[in-house]
Amino acid sequence: MLTYIIRRLLHMIPILFGVACLVFLLFTAVGEDPVRVTLGEHATPEAVELLRAKWGLDQSLPKQFLDFLGQIVTFDYGRSYNTDDRIVDMFNQGALVSLSITGPPFVIGTILNLIIAVTIAYYRGSKFDRYSTVVFVAAMSVSYLVYIIGFQYLLAFKADLFEINGYAHGLESIPFLLLPWLITIVVTAGPDIRMFRTVFLDETKSDYVRTAHAKGTSEPKILLVHIMKNAMIPILTYTVNAIPFLLLGSFVMERFFSIPGLGDMMITALNNGDFPVIKAMTMMIALAFSVFNLLTDILYAWVDPRIKLS
Amino acid sequence: MQKVQTKKTNVIFGESIGKKAFRKLTSKTSTNVCLTIIAIYVLITILGYVGLLPDFQTRVGGSYEPPSLTIAKILGTDIFGRSILYKILTGTKTAITIGLLVTAISVPIGVGLGAIAGYYGGKLDGAITWFYSVIISVPYILLIMAISWVMGKGMFSICFAMGITSWIGLCRLIRGEFMKHKNREYVMAIKLMGAKSPLIIYKHILPNVIHLAIISASLSTLSAIKSEVILTYLGVGIQDGSSWGTMISDATGELSTGIWWPLVGVTIAMFVLMYALNIVGDALRDALDPKIVD
Repeated sequence: MLTYIIRRLLHMIPILFGVACLVFLLFTAVGEDPVRVTLGEHATPEAVELLRAKWGLDQSLPKQFLDFLGQIVTFDYGRSYNTDDRIVDMFNQGALVSLSITGPPFVIGTILNLIIAVTIAYYRGSKFDRYSTVVFVAAMSVSYLVYIIGFQYLLAFKADLFEINGYAHGLESIPFLLLPWLITIVVTAGPDIRMFRTVFLDETKSDYVRTAHAKGTSEPKILLVHIMKNAMIPILTYTVNAIPFLLLGSFVMERFFSIPGLGDMMITALNNGDFPVIKAMTMMIALAFSVFNLLTDILYAWVDPRIKLS
Repeated sequence: MQKVQTKKTNVIFGESIGKKAFRKLTSKTSTNVCLTIIAIYVLITILGYVGLLPDFQTRVGGSYEPPSLTIAKILGTDIFGRSILYKILTGTKTAITIGLLVTAISVPIGVGLGAIAGYYGGKLDGAITWFYSVIISVPYILLIMAISWVMGKGMFSICFAMGITSWIGLCRLIRGEFMKHKNREYVMAIKLMGAKSPLIIYKHILPNVIHLAIISASLSTLSAIKSEVILTYLGVGIQDGSSWGTMISDATGELSTGIWWPLVGVTIAMFVLMYALNIVGDALRDALDPKIVD
């Protein structure tokens, strides 16, 4: 187990190196000149030179790349071009905000969807099953953005049940977050439940289910004990894989409701040519992604004793 | 229903896989309806390219006229007095083009790299796996925004960006299948007969796994059209011309002033296509996946 984890951790290095190359290439080598973006067209050559030196852009590209690698290793990504804040602080703050949007609906939604999927699987083949499929496919056919616009209009603007947009820090943020939470739960219900249902139905065809039936085990017990254990493997992968993306929040949701999370920060950074912020955040997200991938595999082995990590 | 189908399969014994899949696909009325709907959208697209769609830039009435009973104004007008219906039709052309273009880029890459990685294994496999692990570690939207930002905004650049970032799922699937198939007896037999690797990949293994590509093509079309809306809202999509994305993004400000018709019109147009694609995607899976036997 330990050797496996170490091997996997070592395996992450070339991938993160690749991400670093890609990000550097996209945002330093071929991107626009951030100095020009910041100072505008009519800046004096002296001012341009000064800023260039301050940001380290007067160095050669290989030197800049080495500096970037150094930043990655030391987790010190310097300061934002635009706000002059420390990027690591920005990241921590933004990630917390993003998690507060995506975390609660993720937990509540997953549990809710699992319950609904089990219920549908229990009534499989019935009218209830068929109609629910139609409803979920219909729900999946509406654009995410339409959900956001529609819910904001109907529930916040017309019915005045929620705040229209905005954000406050700490616990005061909850009133502003309720609507994004609700929308996220509604939007993810369709794909999640359909996926979970397929997993459950695939399992119902297995031999062990037939054996359990033959022994006279009751249907709810088969579903909740026997099938649930086996179905947890694909469901767990699916769910855990979604976790690194929670950190990123939702670009659209944050943009729409003016919530200062990571997604919003990155788009603002992209629009302003604030490359250190983009590069740093991409690296940290890639790192989180790799770590969660490893965690999924370890969880796998823990849930399913048939899987040996080697 | 189930019984009738089993009977049919028994009677028609020497039917080819393709024919059987087609028969299964077209055996349900709901699937046929959805296929027809998709055909209509594609037809609108073709009409658009031939130049037969009415120009959406023409003013047909005053600003923000609600729906009324003339063809041009049946869905109302937008801020410049342009017909919402014509905008939706032009948007249909854009959406279908994006869907097909992205699929045309991503599916061949996914199948090609997946086949090479799975069949040859070793260092080549290592390199390809490394390549997609890198791409998948970078947030999808960020990558697309970066690419279209570097390449310039516009339809082709976002299609290219979506295309080269969305082949990974398919590539993994195909790679896994090739790894399984390359050790099967039929492949070994062909190898003994002296067949070259490219021939084995293309002529012998590929037909056995290509159904995965077909299923994933229908899903990729669907998700590309959906992504266009999101990307346009975030400011990297289509800037000029008309797309469903620009229409929905514009609607964010309009709805609060009581102008609902642009959003409702475009949402319905998009909903119908998405629903049809979803149903056809499922039907394709049922028809083509050898694991699902009727």
